[in-house]
Amino acid sequence: MLEIKQLVKKYKTGDVALNGVDLKVEKGQVMALIGPSGAGKSTLIRCVNRLETPTSGEIWLNGENIVKLRSGKLRKARRNMGMIFQEYALVERLTVMENVLSGRLGYVGFWRSYLRKFPQADVQAAFRLLEKVGLEKMVNKRADELSGGQRQRVGIARALIQNPDILLVDEPTASLDPKTSRQIMRLITELCEEQQLAAIINIHDVALAQMFAERIVGLREGKIVYDGSPDDLKPDVLTEIYGEEDWTAVRKRKAKKSTDSEVEDESVSAEHMAEMM
Amino acid sequence: MAETLSSTPKVWQLRNRNQQLLSWFIWLLGTALFVYCWQIVSESTTWFFVWDAPRIAADIGGRMIPPRWSYINELWEPLWDTLNIATIGTMMAIVMAIPIAFLAAKNTTPSTKFVRPLALLVIVSSRSINSLIWSLLLVSIIGPGVVAGIVAISLRSIGFIAKLLYEAIEEIDKNQVEAISATGASGLQTLVFGIVPQILPAFAGITVFRWDINIRESTVLGLVGAGGIGLQLNASLNVLAWPQVTLILILILMAVIFSEWISAKVRHAII
Repeated sequence: MLEIKQLVKKYKTGDVALNGVDLKVEKGQVMALIGPSGAGKSTLIRCVNRLETPTSGEIWLNGENIVKLRSGKLRKARRNMGMIFQEYALVERLTVMENVLSGRLGYVGFWRSYLRKFPQADVQAAFRLLEKVGLEKMVNKRADELSGGQRQRVGIARALIQNPDILLVDEPTASLDPKTSRQIMRLITELCEEQQLAAIINIHDVALAQMFAERIVGLREGKIVYDGSPDDLKPDVLTEIYGEEDWTAVRKRKAKKSTDSEVEDESVSAEHMAEMM
Repeated sequence: MAETLSSTPKVWQLRNRNQQLLSWFIWLLGTALFVYCWQIVSESTTWFFVWDAPRIAADIGGRMIPPRWSYINELWEPLWDTLNIATIGTMMAIVMAIPIAFLAAKNTTPSTKFVRPLALLVIVSSRSINSLIWSLLLVSIIGPGVVAGIVAISLRSIGFIAKLLYEAIEEIDKNQVEAISATGASGLQTLVFGIVPQILPAFAGITVFRWDINIRESTVLGLVGAGGIGLQLNASLNVLAWPQVTLILILILMAVIFSEWISAKVRHAII
């Protein structure tokens, strides 16, 4: 459904953010994109939505090369991609309802949106989604009155009301506490499953990625260095993605403490990863 | 501890010797300049008038009291004109300043090479000319009266409002704007949903502040014939009708207090 071919992005400063990325995401597949800061994760999904213009390469979504699209057609293509941001990127001074309905702007004419006269079907969809993310009582609150977790839920509702084919999610949990992070990740993956949505989720919490994604892609210096299942994410793979680091340090220390403990399983458990990250 | 302290204590001074001397020298120069200037001013002053000033001031003050209250019935209309000059002038300025602000802001201008400098030029030329001078020009172009005052106020205000507004536009959070355009919204929709809500508080504050300033400025425009209460002030001064002048000054004071009160209320309500 989404196919990226030889994507290159060079910034004006000369930094190469993406250096020939090939990637294919199937319908309904939830994929986590991991990698160190500056690896190009954000640039990749921003290129798909054309918030950044790629230097070269192709991005095919539903049989259209997004790189080649211009204003009107680009807007139509963007309607099929829901974006969720790290800092939520809600319009702070608008109400929750207005923020959710802004996901329909691509379908509604200027005056209708200006006067906030959205079609009844859209309003109903917004109520349904707000109920689903547990914010049905917050409809008329202003976005800046909400907590971080609540804001991200509004962000999710805004992305989903677009009826997208794919979700582009940029560090959804980086500003949230561990518990809220898990709730948000669970919400995103559940909604994807329910609506057969594909998703690219940028995340630097490897443990969360392993818990919720069915496929993990590792990016390093603008190149894909790992593409596989969460279970095969062994220390040597992490070294390849993130660079040299003693990924088993915690376990060794623990092993020393309890002299009678057996050598643990080689795969890095989610618990340990969480401690290391 | 004690030993290290007692051996050669480390000296600390804010300035070393040369810096200290330089600082004294600069003070000396400043004082000399002041004395010299005082001398020049003194030579070109007729000291008799200055020594006489308190007596004259007391004399005029005496004549100003009590205010001529009966004159107030002739002042309601010019006062109303003054408020209208300020209010309509501000509204006209807003209408023209908003598009100019969007053209001048780096993040919304259609072209930084051509349109932006043009918008900035409009802003600078509007700001660099005082309302009183605009009035002088306009009174000779469109004749004396309220219209000249309104146009003068609005021409002066365009630059003020547009400048503060475009600075506010440049400071918005661009993530919110990106999020809106990422949904497939058109440029105009992005403006209305992503940018306008962010600058609305600044906009309200700026316009009310300018209206407040304009009330003050419109009270003097009459001095050059551009309508309003300034006309009466000028006329009364010319015939040395001091009790009338007092009344006019009281009325202006009331108008300014009123506008301050309104603008404080509005700013409080919106921000």
